Amino acid sequence: MRREIVLKIQRQERPGAPAAWQEFRLPYRPRLNLIACLQEIARRPVDAAGRAVTPIAYESACLEEVCGSCSMRVNGVPMQACSTLVDNLPDGTITLEPLSKFPLVRDLIVDRTPMFEGLKRVRGWIPIEGTYDLGPAPRRAPAEQGEAYDYSRCMTCGCCMEACPNFSGHAPERFVGPAPLGQAYYFLLNPTGRMEEGERLEALMGRGGITACGNAQNCAAVCPKEIPLTDAIARLNRQVNRRWLARLFGG
Amino acid sequence: MSAQPRFLVVGGGLAGLMATIKIAERGHPVALFSVVPVKRSHSACAQGGINAAVNIKGENDSPEIHCYDTVKGGDFLAHQPPVRSMTLEAPKIIYLLDRMGVPFSRTGEGDLDFRRFGGTLYHRTAFAGASTGQQLLYALDEQVRRYEVEGLVQKYEGWEFLGPILAAPGGPCCGIVALDLRAMKIEAFPADAVILATGGLGVVYGRSTNSVICTGSAAAAAYLEGARFGNAEMVQIHPTAIPGEDKMRLMSESARGEGGRVWVPRKKGDTRDPKEIPEAERWYFLEEKYPKFGNLVPRDIGSREIYHVCVDLGLGVGGENQVYLDLTHKSREFLDRRLGSILEIYEQFVGDDPRTVPMRIFPAIHYSMGGLWVDYEKTPDGYYDPASPRNHMTNLPGLYAAGECEYQYHGANRLGANALLSCIYAGLVSGPAATIYAAQGTAQRAAEQPSSLFDDAARRWRDRFERLRRMQGRENARTLHRELGDLMIDNVTIVRTNANLDRTDDTISGFMERWKEIGVTDTGDWSNQELPFVNQLDNMLQLARLITRSARLRDESRGAHYKPEFPARDDANWLKSTIATHTPRGPEFSFEEIDTSLLKPVARKYD
Ligand SMILES: Cc1cc2nc3c(=O)[nH]c(=O)nc-3n(C[C@H](O)[C@H](O)[C@H](O)COP(=O)(O)OP(=O)(O)OC[C@H]3O[C@@H](n4cnc5c(N)ncnc54)[C@H](O)[C@@H]3O)c2cc1C
Ligand code: FES
Repeated sequence: MRREIVLKIQRQERPGAPAAWQEFRLPYRPRLNLIACLQEIARRPVDAAGRAVTPIAYESACLEEVCGSCSMRVNGVPMQACSTLVDNLPDGTITLEPLSKFPLVRDLIVDRTPMFEGLKRVRGWIPIEGTYDLGPAPRRAPAEQGEAYDYSRCMTCGCCMEACPNFSGHAPERFVGPAPLGQAYYFLLNPTGRMEEGERLEALMGRGGITACGNAQNCAAVCPKEIPLTDAIARLNRQVNRRWLARLFGG
Repeated sequence: MSAQPRFLVVGGGLAGLMATIKIAERGHPVALFSVVPVKRSHSACAQGGINAAVNIKGENDSPEIHCYDTVKGGDFLAHQPPVRSMTLEAPKIIYLLDRMGVPFSRTGEGDLDFRRFGGTLYHRTAFAGASTGQQLLYALDEQVRRYEVEGLVQKYEGWEFLGPILAAPGGPCCGIVALDLRAMKIEAFPADAVILATGGLGVVYGRSTNSVICTGSAAAAAYLEGARFGNAEMVQIHPTAIPGEDKMRLMSESARGEGGRVWVPRKKGDTRDPKEIPEAERWYFLEEKYPKFGNLVPRDIGSREIYHVCVDLGLGVGGENQVYLDLTHKSREFLDRRLGSILEIYEQFVGDDPRTVPMRIFPAIHYSMGGLWVDYEKTPDGYYDPASPRNHMTNLPGLYAAGECEYQYHGANRLGANALLSCIYAGLVSGPAATIYAAQGTAQRAAEQPSSLFDDAARRWRDRFERLRRMQGRENARTLHRELGDLMIDNVTIVRTNANLDRTDDTISGFMERWKEIGVTDTGDWSNQELPFVNQLDNMLQLARLITRSARLRDESRGAHYKPEFPARDDANWLKSTIATHTPRGPEFSFEEIDTSLLKPVARKYD
């Protein structure tokens, strides 16, 4: 049983500055999550040796695992800090580090712009005609809605991107990454999205597209929302191949 | 001099994104500012759903009944033409969102499904599982991304709005000053119209159901520059939240909409496992007191009853401030399909499985009905005049407000699932209104201003941040914030007394003094999160004062505002909005008549 919480946090003041570890000790209380711990440090920014330090820079917003802000590596594994309870971590020191696949900003903050750029590449939207009144959308079978719903919960947190051996936010042109691919599949599940199937599949071909996926399957394993990313990628792959063959032979 | 009018939208929740889309759709470039990537806005937290009288369940529901429920739910403090315009538009909004690809839950036939929510007898709430806000936010975010790719929208994510730029006191508004939260640079941005869509203010209360970014600081900054603030005292307490050290996590009203029952053991201090307590020894107090609406009474009533049972009667579970919210009589399959994400939240943060163990919940700060005062112009038949630039404009010309940061649609209490609707609707109205305003020969206003106006504004803010950086007192800003939150929760929530409100106001004055004694620990010039927070805290203190003083003035009970000394609604004296205007001596108050031209105020009964 824990009596106190020991956190070892990687600090880095800015890009290019040296990184260093700092340790913090907090009194144990049940049901505390990691953001609550960081908040407590901000109220009294003093490290385990009693030295005054600057508060730790980190991102958070919803505190209920729906906004995707607070991703970091906890004991080496990418996850959401807000929904990670100290009680569910093994006894002993807890290490917090920023995601490594994205450019570092400060302490636990990284720049996840490459993911949002990926969403642009895969045409992550439904091409509606306009916001004026055009009546109801097509009916959708509950089963199709159910499948779409699983993918619609992707909060662009970046855990899958961190776990993927082929993605790097430092060289995003090499592979667009699992999260945008999951979204590409999501838009193909929509009846209006499907109308542009051709363009959508084309967007996944070429450099850094779906063929750069090495099928390591790490992405689905770390997704906090348990999104079946590997299923999406496998299905997309088949569709892209079919299109490629059709282009080759269909003329 | 640019020929194109320049539009700035501050805030990328539902309201800000919708306003952005409407302006871009008209071919105008828009700059969109947000402290977080817009996809991480607080709107993502909304769980339960969005209201529209689509009438798909054969209940003869209609926008007029929706309007009536909303006005009555707000205890007749909302202006009626805006509400009626909103409820008329609601079904079209649902269809639009459906066309944008929101994965709304479906009936077996593939139609949109609707569930019941509080304060109505109709199935009127469309939903996407139990993460509706997230799905709506993403759908609008995607449409904005499309305009971004087309080059019409430029995003400034990670920029914080600090204040409006006014050509003269009282307006017009010619732009904003904003802070780049990474490089810590402060810049002025000229504009012909600015829309504030900066969300709620729950964080003034420390812990609430809101995201930690919902400080209300942006609205307060507009108020300090002369924008009026309406009905600050009307803060909604949600009856069912999961108490936590860092946050009060919401347990959505949909849990009751899908059959959840609220109860406590009849015997004080009953320590038995809830499952061993027989039906006859459970007190389903809401069902007993409100046979018609039962567990789905409006939020103010639900919160008051739970408070009464726990605090006055001492019947809280285990002697603590908590009651059971019980779903264990429903099948696991049903619960997973309809309420999956919110039950996961409970399981994740509390550790119990709500499918087999009744949840323990207590009321928490949730939503601000009050906010920046905004105008409207109506047609003779009682709807918004779509040609008017005044709709959603604050009293500062060219400065608009939309979404939870304004006061327009919910009066003294908001009905569940009406906020997502009002935020999207406010975006739909304010965007076009801003373009009409900018086209009225006023388009060159920002360009015609001397550049010194913008330089001076930016310099004032740079100086202020320089002063903040040099603060070397003994107070810690985060600790002071926690104390402010506790003070507000203890005194300005469910039950309010004038003596307590006076004391609270004095304490806030003390806190304002203590704010000056803050010591800043981080003086860095890169991603410094402390300096903006110190600035926000100053604004939160202003809001705390506004809420407390507005509550002190209103000697009646209406909606979320309950004073045992004045237990009844008093239409003769108080059927009016509380309007605060900033002066160097503090807020000055005036009162505004309510437009009740459509529905005559009647007693608000739910039994
Ligand atoms: C837990 C929870 C559940 C809810 N469930 C429901 C529900 O089921 N149905 C319903 O109808 N309503 C619900 N609500 C209410 C509803 O979610 C909110 O009222 C609504 O989402 C507010 O939207 P908004 O666009 O006004 O603001 P927000 O979504 O809060 O967005 C505000 C935006 O402003 C930006 N911003 C703020 N300050 C600044 C600044 N100074 N500078 C730059 N940018 C700034 C933020 O970055 C953000 O982009 C719920 C609320 C909570 C807390
Ligand atoms: S803070 Fe939103 S996911 Fe953790």
